[in-house]
Amino acid sequence: MRKTSTFMDNCNETLRELEQFLDQELSDEAREVIHAHLGGCEHCLEAFDFHAELKMVIAAKCHNDEVPPELLARIQQCFGDDVPA
Amino acid sequence: MADRAEFAAEAMQFAGQLYSAALRMTRNRADAEDLVQETYLRAYRSFNTFDEGTNLRAWLFRILTNTFINGYRAKQRRPVEDELGDIEDLYMYKRLGNLDASRSAEETLFEMFTDDEVKQALEELPENFRLPVLLADVEDFSYKEIAEIMDIPIGTVMSRLHRGRKAMQKQLTDFATERGLISRSADAEDQHIHG
Repeated sequence: MRKTSTFMDNCNETLRELEQFLDQELSDEAREVIHAHLGGCEHCLEAFDFHAELKMVIAAKCHNDEVPPELLARIQQCFGDDVPA
Repeated sequence: MADRAEFAAEAMQFAGQLYSAALRMTRNRADAEDLVQETYLRAYRSFNTFDEGTNLRAWLFRILTNTFINGYRAKQRRPVEDELGDIEDLYMYKRLGNLDASRSAEETLFEMFTDDEVKQALEELPENFRLPVLLADVEDFSYKEIAEIMDIPIGTVMSRLHRGRKAMQKQLTDFATERGLISRSADAEDQHIHG
């Protein structure tokens, strides 16, 4: 659907680095290249936004387990145990 | 850190994160509680080997992960599965991406799935894939930290993350499809739009 093969190559390359970009694992230089592409490509920007939000939603929904008070008590108790020197 | 009491106080602030991670690892509350307690006990006993100035949270997660892999895996009924089916890239996005352009993806995704569905999608991943996804997406560790925590090469972390995330997205997409939140196929969507 893209007009030029160069543009499509850029999209494919950008999407290949999507995870490393969102995981903050790219060099500043590589991030710049992607930023520049996202600035002009709604298609890729949408895909990046979606995955950034998905990552946040997964973290939020897997992070809300209430710690049982008795577990906290058990941990405090083992801190009180005598420890071999 | 000067003494054990100080260490204990510092370490306690991570109890919630460690417990959530332990639940995703063991998939049951009793084992998760035992795992977290054992993690703190081991940490407390070997706190003098903790290199001050390094990351205490990463150190605790390393103990948690090792304790799980060495002690609790045997208790899990299912064997450690190594393989995941082939799933296309951007699996979920291709099916949900344009769900509702008038709202942000965050609102839509947040409302679309219950907490239990997201937890289940993660917990159903084979362990090899579940741990990297848990450590990266929930606990926000870097590739290098995950490699150290799990004692595997960074390249392996990246490939397991990539495949684990796709499998998790497929599971979430299946949940959304079951509940009728998205249509079963692109054909059905076309019919809806044009019919």
